[in-house]
Amino acid sequence: MRVSRWAAVGVVTALVAATVGLLAATGYDVSRAAAALVRGSVGSWYAIGSGTLVRATPLILTGLAVAIAFRAGVFNIGADGQFVTGAIAGAATALWIGPAPRIVAIPLVLAAGAVAGAAWAWIAGVLRLRFHVLEVISTIMLNFVAGFAVSYLVRGPMQEHTHVYPQTETIPAAARLARLGPTTRLTIGFVIAVLACAAAWWMVRYTASGFRLRVVGANPDAARSAGRIDVDRTIRRAFLASGALAGLAGAIEVSGVTYALYENISPGYGYTAIAVALLARLDPLGVLGTGILFGALEAGATAMQRDAGVPSVAVSVVEACIVLALVALGRARILPSRSAE
Amino acid sequence: MSAASAFLEATVRTATPLALAAMGELVVERAGIINIGLEGIVLSGAFGALVGATHAGAWGGYAAAMGSGVVAAMLFAMFAVWLRADQIISGTAVTLLAVGLTGTLYRSLYGASGAGLTIATTGPRAIAGLSRLPLVGSAFFNQPVVTYVAYVMTAAVWGWMYRTHAGLALRAAGESPAAAAAAGVRIARVQLGALAFGGLAGGLAGGCLVIAQAGTFAENMSAGRGFIAIAIVVLGRWHPLGVAIASLVFGAASALQFLLQALGLALPYQVFLALPYVLTLGALAGVAGRVRAPAALARVDEER
Repeated sequence: MRVSRWAAVGVVTALVAATVGLLAATGYDVSRAAAALVRGSVGSWYAIGSGTLVRATPLILTGLAVAIAFRAGVFNIGADGQFVTGAIAGAATALWIGPAPRIVAIPLVLAAGAVAGAAWAWIAGVLRLRFHVLEVISTIMLNFVAGFAVSYLVRGPMQEHTHVYPQTETIPAAARLARLGPTTRLTIGFVIAVLACAAAWWMVRYTASGFRLRVVGANPDAARSAGRIDVDRTIRRAFLASGALAGLAGAIEVSGVTYALYENISPGYGYTAIAVALLARLDPLGVLGTGILFGALEAGATAMQRDAGVPSVAVSVVEACIVLALVALGRARILPSRSAE
Repeated sequence: MSAASAFLEATVRTATPLALAAMGELVVERAGIINIGLEGIVLSGAFGALVGATHAGAWGGYAAAMGSGVVAAMLFAMFAVWLRADQIISGTAVTLLAVGLTGTLYRSLYGASGAGLTIATTGPRAIAGLSRLPLVGSAFFNQPVVTYVAYVMTAAVWGWMYRTHAGLALRAAGESPAAAAAAGVRIARVQLGALAFGGLAGGLAGGCLVIAQAGTFAENMSAGRGFIAIAIVVLGRWHPLGVAIASLVFGAASALQFLLQALGLALPYQVFLALPYVLTLGALAGVAGRVRAPAALARVDEER
């Protein structure tokens, strides 16, 4: 088995090499692209703070959402849709609230995002627990529905007043997250993400509900019979917590980065989140590190597209290859085994 | 053309790629494997079709589509069958890879926008006699050739699965791999073959989108059809005929927008776009609890 695992890693590496080679063959300046990748991610303090860490914030939170869900054996592939519904609710709240003190507005906006994300995930939870619908399918379907909902809202009822651009009005200053310094784009959203990781780590490791989460993920039948654990309730809570984290990420993106809602507000954060969570071996503190790593990759990719014209979607290839390499090396074995339902 | 026959025609047209992809996934799932990478396979097929069709015409496009689908499926097989890795994770990664790879290739081979890049679509070809049946004739029998391939594939999979030894081995692999292995069935080989067929059919579905329908490629143009096809397999109760019927139901749901527009119903267009996905959820909720999946589906057992 050992040989075939490394052979699989070899194939994955060859895939990355082939992509790079192809980019070179079709006329891209690879060294320039690589330089842009480094410059845009870790090349300066500004790149680190306002590029990498800003991009890392949603990835950490959605990665945490995926990690918590996977820990409980809930295959939430729908962090993207939950992020989007969180962004919708956050933007709607921020626009509705108008001129209010920041101390009131910000918690309301973030709470609205978390609740909306949790509600969106709850649909998939009910579908699984009551109707035996695989959450892998249902969460993906909900991603598409959330995308169309945004598309409708920013071209219909929530469109800005000139009715030219498919986006909402920009949100009032009171609903914008405070920046961490005068020269950085980094906001307290990043601090919230870090705190969420720490809290989740402590919860999973040291609390009874964290224990239930792990046991249900490891072996639901044993949890039910030997541990007298209410498996359905634990699974439902995993859906809700996961959705709330992803929804919070969406609200933070609106109130800290974009200041408005528009189509494609998520460039696939929820899918990258799967790679973030797996690379961290579903460990909440690990998510902090891998989230920053992928944030650097995405910030670098943006610079790469701008300076060297290399399509930023190429980063998806790298992300997919990282996941496949981890699967090949058996690192994803920490994944709970699904019981036959 | 009347509204009703236009509706039926659109139903069959939309159902064709879904039926092709779902028929492939059906065979894969009956062998005990769930391939979430199907979405990526359809997308790879669509891109392969574009490349093939620009160099070697429509039939070259279809061949390239099937080839690309098989390559993507074999990548998945390497992880799912060879390494017995988690199928959900491997499949998701294959889809993510296909999105990145086709997007990158498309932009680097055809420029950043690729706008204006069109290939000739294959027009409908009427089947003499049948196409003149009242109402259903032109809807079912005046379609591009790839639709007839879907009809033939349905019948062939049905007959093959229930009337041949190989079909029995396939079903045994998905129901009771240990017993099948004891009876001399080589499980890994059966699953590999099933995945190859799944890749062929999924790639053809992608080719159908490009060559028979859109006449061009767009990034992410599979738009969840691979995932819907997986849901269709559940709705069709893991039976070829059920899968074909479920595909038509989905085609009808998508085609509903033409009918409603003809009736002058003014709803936001996003409602129609979201309809197939919402319908998938509703239909799964109604059916999933009451049907039985192949017993060994998605199970990764160490001893085998």
